[in-house]
Amino acid sequence: MNDVQSFAVQSNLPLKIVIVGHVDHGKSSLVGRLFHDTGSMPDGKVEAIKAMCERRGMPFEYAFLMDALKAERDQGITIDVSHIHFRTAHREYVLIDAPGHREFIKNMVTGAAQADAAVLVVDARDGVQEQTRRHAYLLHLLGIHQVVVAINKMDLVEFAQARFQQVAVDVRDYLAGLGIDLQHTRIIPVSAREGDNIVAPSPHMTWYEGDTLAQALDGFQPPLAPLDLPLRFPIQDVYKFDDRRILAGRIESGHLRRGDVLLFSPSNKTARVASIEAWNAKEPVLAVRAGQSVGVTLDEQLFVERGDVASLVSNPPMLTNVFRGRLFWLGRHSMTPGNRYKMKLCNAEFPVEVEKIERVIDVSDLGTSSGQVVERNAVAEVVFRARRQVALDPFENNMVTGRFVLVEDYDIVGGGLISMDGYADQRAGQTIRATNIFRVEHRVPEEDRWRHNGHRGGVLWMTGLSGAGKSTLAFSLEQYLFRKGYQVYVLDGDNIRHGLCSDLGFSPEDRVENIRRVGHAAALFARAGFLVITAFISPYRSDRDRVRALAPEIFHEVYVDADISTCEQRDPKGLYAKARRGEIEDFTGVSAPYEPPVMAELRIDTGKHSIEESVAVLSDYITSNFAITPH
Amino acid sequence: MDHLDVLESRTIYILREAFNKIDKLAMLWSLGKDSNAMLWLAKKAFFGYVPFPLIHIDTGKKFPEMYAFRERYAREWKLDLRVGTCPPVEEMDPTLPPAARSAARKTAGLKSMLDREGYDGVIAGIRRDEEGTRAKERVFSPRGQHNTWDFRDQPPEFWDQFKTDFAPGTHLRVHPILHWTEIDIWRYIQRENIPLVDLYFARNGKRYRSLGDQDITFPVDSNASTIEEVIAELQQTKVAERSGRAMDHESEDAFERLRADGYM
Repeated sequence: MNDVQSFAVQSNLPLKIVIVGHVDHGKSSLVGRLFHDTGSMPDGKVEAIKAMCERRGMPFEYAFLMDALKAERDQGITIDVSHIHFRTAHREYVLIDAPGHREFIKNMVTGAAQADAAVLVVDARDGVQEQTRRHAYLLHLLGIHQVVVAINKMDLVEFAQARFQQVAVDVRDYLAGLGIDLQHTRIIPVSAREGDNIVAPSPHMTWYEGDTLAQALDGFQPPLAPLDLPLRFPIQDVYKFDDRRILAGRIESGHLRRGDVLLFSPSNKTARVASIEAWNAKEPVLAVRAGQSVGVTLDEQLFVERGDVASLVSNPPMLTNVFRGRLFWLGRHSMTPGNRYKMKLCNAEFPVEVEKIERVIDVSDLGTSSGQVVERNAVAEVVFRARRQVALDPFENNMVTGRFVLVEDYDIVGGGLISMDGYADQRAGQTIRATNIFRVEHRVPEEDRWRHNGHRGGVLWMTGLSGAGKSTLAFSLEQYLFRKGYQVYVLDGDNIRHGLCSDLGFSPEDRVENIRRVGHAAALFARAGFLVITAFISPYRSDRDRVRALAPEIFHEVYVDADISTCEQRDPKGLYAKARRGEIEDFTGVSAPYEPPVMAELRIDTGKHSIEESVAVLSDYITSNFAITPH
Repeated sequence: MDHLDVLESRTIYILREAFNKIDKLAMLWSLGKDSNAMLWLAKKAFFGYVPFPLIHIDTGKKFPEMYAFRERYAREWKLDLRVGTCPPVEEMDPTLPPAARSAARKTAGLKSMLDREGYDGVIAGIRRDEEGTRAKERVFSPRGQHNTWDFRDQPPEFWDQFKTDFAPGTHLRVHPILHWTEIDIWRYIQRENIPLVDLYFARNGKRYRSLGDQDITFPVDSNASTIEEVIAELQQTKVAERSGRAMDHESEDAFERLRADGYM
């Protein structure tokens, strides 16, 4: 157990295989036949199925092995997912039979989400149908990359090679469109009813020289435990059954050793692992790893609760309150922007709001639309906003801490994979690295500075798209106010990037750091009595909120609003044109998000108003909010 | 981690979810091998404690060895044991076949216990590989007002995110060993040295593979008198585990009807 490098591959586990495909293409029959032909049927089962079929006056039906519900047998369709264990000479399997009817997509997802690999069943007569596509898409979304395609019912097309090839081409085209690696995807002509190419090679299809279905299953790779990823230990519960305070949970990735310093997110607190607890253990546990449900105690009493994620200090999860999800929607009610749901992400639960539906994907042709509604069984890309910071990973970095489900009322209504493309890890902005720093008090009171200047100090924070007019307005306003005797100074994006922020680029993380520095510089000017005007795109709401928090009583957010087409027409620096040509990455409004303010103190529409009009509005606002009338 | 470690870890995870999410929770303890393994797993999940009561629904027709086992381990493991009684068979649905009708007493006993004590959830040790309708079960399985199972409309359940929110008046059945097989349970019992009723071991060429009421449970032919021999036998056999449980086989859907009505 303490040798953390061993057993990277869990080779003795049964491999879980889900059988998917369109309704009535023969999934349950295929499972029944595979079970029978590998000699896995218990005594008496074939006789029992025979009796059920005779009672219904129908020929022997292998599907009745899995369709255990009377309603399923009576209607000849699978309603809910079923599991059955069987083995080949090579290894053990759990076969998961998923329903193919559109009505039961939630059951299909339930089955497929547990699988290591999949068999996609396609009727040789019907070819690729709606649920064939939807199931293939969902497999892809669920991260199941090992797929075998069984072209079934070959007996009903006279075992014709031409028909097989035709269907195989359609399947290949669709899978290629999903980005599935076709080199490792076998396509096999089978007849579940007759047993052709299931376990034994078909005597009717001598033109086919590839693997049988059973051989193809034996070729699948067992799953890898995520041991080499950074430690993620979500806290499931905290127990105090005796004098130990035990943090319980499952290690989702990486390793944890006694003595490690754990960082808890989102609270950003640290403590050392004092012990790893286990009941009935023969010797003290010194290390645990991905997959294990464990309990630990800490060397100090931190407030840690269910939903916190423990990691090592060196490689923590991201913190953010906004992120993208690629989701499948199972809800009875459709999803629209502004809807609120409960999100569950590992053991954390928190409210989220649908900020934006970016794309709705049509699984039938893989086309996308910028729809504003996600209907039941659809797939979409959605931006979510939480009210507080959430610890997570992009799905591409960590499958388990990079996915979520949504709950509406009492029901799970969807699941999704997290992407942080275009959004920043907000951890950097809130971590204080230096220690032993104390604030000292000034001897000149702020009010005295204000009286001296005749106006209050403050920050007028202009935010908006590139080309909205922030800099133009800022410099005109500065000139106007200076002439009126104000202590006023503009911090402009381009100027700052020549000095204070010359080491930063335009990645989401660098943008966060840029705004953090500017925010602190602006707050210092304002505390010195200046009226500071800033002109930065500052696309993220969370960044602006953080600057506001530095000096909440003197921070004024001004939304310089002009729609993207107006800005693009103006394009004073030719940047939009470059961005559209793909020459600039992460350009706000084109390839990176802009989050408009929700409660700005002032909004200036530069699409409708001239510069003079806008400056007049701003100067009125400043007079009424910053001027001090002499006593 | 080997196969048993993986199964164990998932069961512990499920038990901890149930304990966190369900206010008034209890575990069913039928005294059988699966129940005992499940109880053992609970002690692992909660570091030697069992932080909820155990319910034994007593049909009054169990084997004497089972009653002796119950008294001994309730005391040794300091369990908070609640024994529920069952109404007479005459009060059960007369359209059910005889053994199923007899088994239905247990459902009725469970329901009256749940009503009386007001549990929001009960943990039951059923497994998918035992029987077809159990193979379609969810880990967190919501039950209607009268403990009924709506198998036509079960909630989605994936990524170990379970249905933990439910309308007032409904409750949950939690199935922490749903993913284990019969032979997994035996190997785990062997590895962990979990105590068992000795009816599972052969005497005079017969042993019980599954334990229920005395009058509707039958032994199978076997010479397996140790855990090692039982495991060796199970690797070879093609006889279904519940073949000795009469209520499973009386008619095509008798067991399904029992389960839809709230049987485990």
